[in-house]
Amino acid sequence: MSKFRKLVICTALGSALAAGPALAEKLGLGRPATPDEIAAWNVDVRPDGTGLPEGSGSVEDGEMVFSENCAVCHGEFAEGAGNWPKLAGGMGTLADEDPLKTVGSYWPYLSTTWDYVHRSMPFGNAQSLSADEVYAIVAYILYSNDLVDDDFVLSKENFLDVEMPNAGNFIIDDRLESEAHFWNAEPCMENCKESVEITMRAAVLDVTPEEEGEEEAAAEPAAAEEAAPVETAAAEPAAEEPAAEEMAAVDPELVEKGEKVFKKCKACHQVGEGAKHRTGPILNGVVGRAAGSAEGFKYSGAIEDAGAGGLVWTADALAEFLSNPKGYLKGNKMSFAGLKKEDDQKAVIAYLSTFK
Amino acid sequence: MTDQSGPSTTRRGFMKAGLAAGGAVAAGGAAHAAGDPLITEVQEWAQMTGEGVDATPYGLPIRFEDDVIRRNVPWLTADPISSINFTPIHALDGTITPQGCAFERHHSGAIELSKGDYRLMINGLVDTPLVFTYEDLERFPRESHVYFCECAANSGMEWAGAQLNGAQFTHGMIHNMEYTGIPLRTILEEAGIQTGAKWVYVEGADASSNGRSIPLEKALDDVLVAFKANGEALRKEHGYPVRLVVPGWEGNMWVKWLRRVEVTDAPVESREETSKYTDTLEDGSARKWTWEMDAKSVITSPSPQMPIKHGPGPLVITGLAWSGRGTITRVDVTTDGGKTWQQARMDGLSLNKALHRFYLEIEWDGSEMLLQARAHDSTGYVQPTKEQLREVRGLNSVYHNNGIQTWWVKANGEAENVEIS
Repeated sequence: MSKFRKLVICTALGSALAAGPALAEKLGLGRPATPDEIAAWNVDVRPDGTGLPEGSGSVEDGEMVFSENCAVCHGEFAEGAGNWPKLAGGMGTLADEDPLKTVGSYWPYLSTTWDYVHRSMPFGNAQSLSADEVYAIVAYILYSNDLVDDDFVLSKENFLDVEMPNAGNFIIDDRLESEAHFWNAEPCMENCKESVEITMRAAVLDVTPEEEGEEEAAAEPAAAEEAAPVETAAAEPAAEEPAAEEMAAVDPELVEKGEKVFKKCKACHQVGEGAKHRTGPILNGVVGRAAGSAEGFKYSGAIEDAGAGGLVWTADALAEFLSNPKGYLKGNKMSFAGLKKEDDQKAVIAYLSTFK
Repeated sequence: MTDQSGPSTTRRGFMKAGLAAGGAVAAGGAAHAAGDPLITEVQEWAQMTGEGVDATPYGLPIRFEDDVIRRNVPWLTADPISSINFTPIHALDGTITPQGCAFERHHSGAIELSKGDYRLMINGLVDTPLVFTYEDLERFPRESHVYFCECAANSGMEWAGAQLNGAQFTHGMIHNMEYTGIPLRTILEEAGIQTGAKWVYVEGADASSNGRSIPLEKALDDVLVAFKANGEALRKEHGYPVRLVVPGWEGNMWVKWLRRVEVTDAPVESREETSKYTDTLEDGSARKWTWEMDAKSVITSPSPQMPIKHGPGPLVITGLAWSGRGTITRVDVTTDGGKTWQQARMDGLSLNKALHRFYLEIEWDGSEMLLQARAHDSTGYVQPTKEQLREVRGLNSVYHNNGIQTWWVKANGEAENVEIS
């Protein structure tokens, strides 16, 4: 490395004299970054607190912010929903057969949580949280892991006082020593063992996905016969009628309230012009359409089957679904706890009905 | 007309086709008294004309190959936006992975970032923090090298035992391409590295902002800021327009949509280098900074997705070997579960930190086989068995599983992922 530094130092103009590799010579490409540009992107936070902005947030505030922004995937108590990461629990399980690695049980530095929430969360709406909101969420995650009390307030000032239980449990790559016996071993080539038994078979477990090529090949002729388009065409007009009814009765105040409620849905669903499928399908025109009919979205089998069976998302059906997404249709993949309040359900459905 | 598309080329199709009944159906040479009609009768393609030029301005594989595609394992992750799929290594040959079927791993989905909107910032412990456009990057001296990129979780599902039935699923989180790019060293020198610099922190422009800390020594050694792969622009799913190439090191460090390189005196300890990509050991402690990918190999054919269809006789056994520490010097293959081994024939160039193809041509007698391959690399490392790995690391490591893979080839030619004593 010292050699490298020397090369850098002699960037001077005169080095055209073929005195060694030209790589130290600057090309004068690019332009200086401005302080504002650096401030905008240089936001990583390190274990010693470098990069933490001013601010603070309480467990109490965190509970609300978490519920609004994070609970849809991580559960109200950070216990996780479906296949999404669990953020709390798992203390003392790391040596178990099935360790539960959470912020509390595994993550060595609190700075990592702050940094990740701030830059990469919420999923589908990253970099939308204020510094205070991030402090509050991190405080709530600590609380969910029983690492702080319910009156705790996390701030830049006390950040380094928080001790992470698993901080001392990491070692730096030691393969060269602990696995030294994998090097320079002259392996056996003949008569290496007397007998061989099969001890485990993947086919018994049977978790390998079906090969799609087969299904696609089978599906192709059907598409060519245009049987499928006819079917969808038949389903759509029927579905549109109730939607028209709903539209007539939309209350602007309710729509406005619905827009706020929809924040809970935004991490996964888009509406309006230019909306795209995200974790969930586009919801333009959802009120009154057949279940599982947004083109180009990969639905769960449960929703697909329900749609094929004639389920149409009328306001009533949507309300019922939203009140208990898991219970309403077993096996659907919407990992959302649901809207318990009838008012919220009505509002968000009214809001959605404004998107055709 | 003989249409070879679809079911007959897939594993399940093959099984359904009832090849189990002896396996002696020879595909192309069926003896007819009057000769093979494909030869004796004038075929449509020998009479009519085919497509003109420009029918496909950018070509895709012919439809008969439409089962050679990336596949994912839906139960692995909560959502395909933050997930991984697998290269169809079972169906490929040679060493270069076509971009179109090279595995994808996204943390917040594959974004569309144009060259015009692309910016690369160098900041931190440098004399002059700099911003480069894509056009600026094209004016630096550049190099081309072939490297493999393997996800640290490749074979991760196999830690606790044989799980997924197919080389694509057990070993397909890997691809191997020829990258064209600028040594990161050149770009850092342009900004001027200051005293006290020990690490660089690299991050992407996507919403996950995947960031990793890399020791300065590696950054100045062989890391590339790459914008081409296999001669053409990177694909969207591989980080268009610019990604980092970190030869021999785990794929998560190969930051896509690279937007910033910060020169620092200490690692950032980001999520991806603490909570993820660390190896939990049996006692509950965890290894971190296990960047180098250990030497590894896998037989790609025969394998569960590539059963033997031709019955006894000449059989080509082939596979891939690689090491994050250097070149592959030798691969041993056994057909009897490790009682006896023989050296495979290494094919093509022996490239540093790149895939190496091997072959073993045998006369198959039609009896069951337990196939394994064992890689040796230029540092003297010999690929361990899964059992040897477990003795050191336990069952919970998840990442960095480079243990020897076993395929049980049955008398009917079908193969299955198994573990043996």
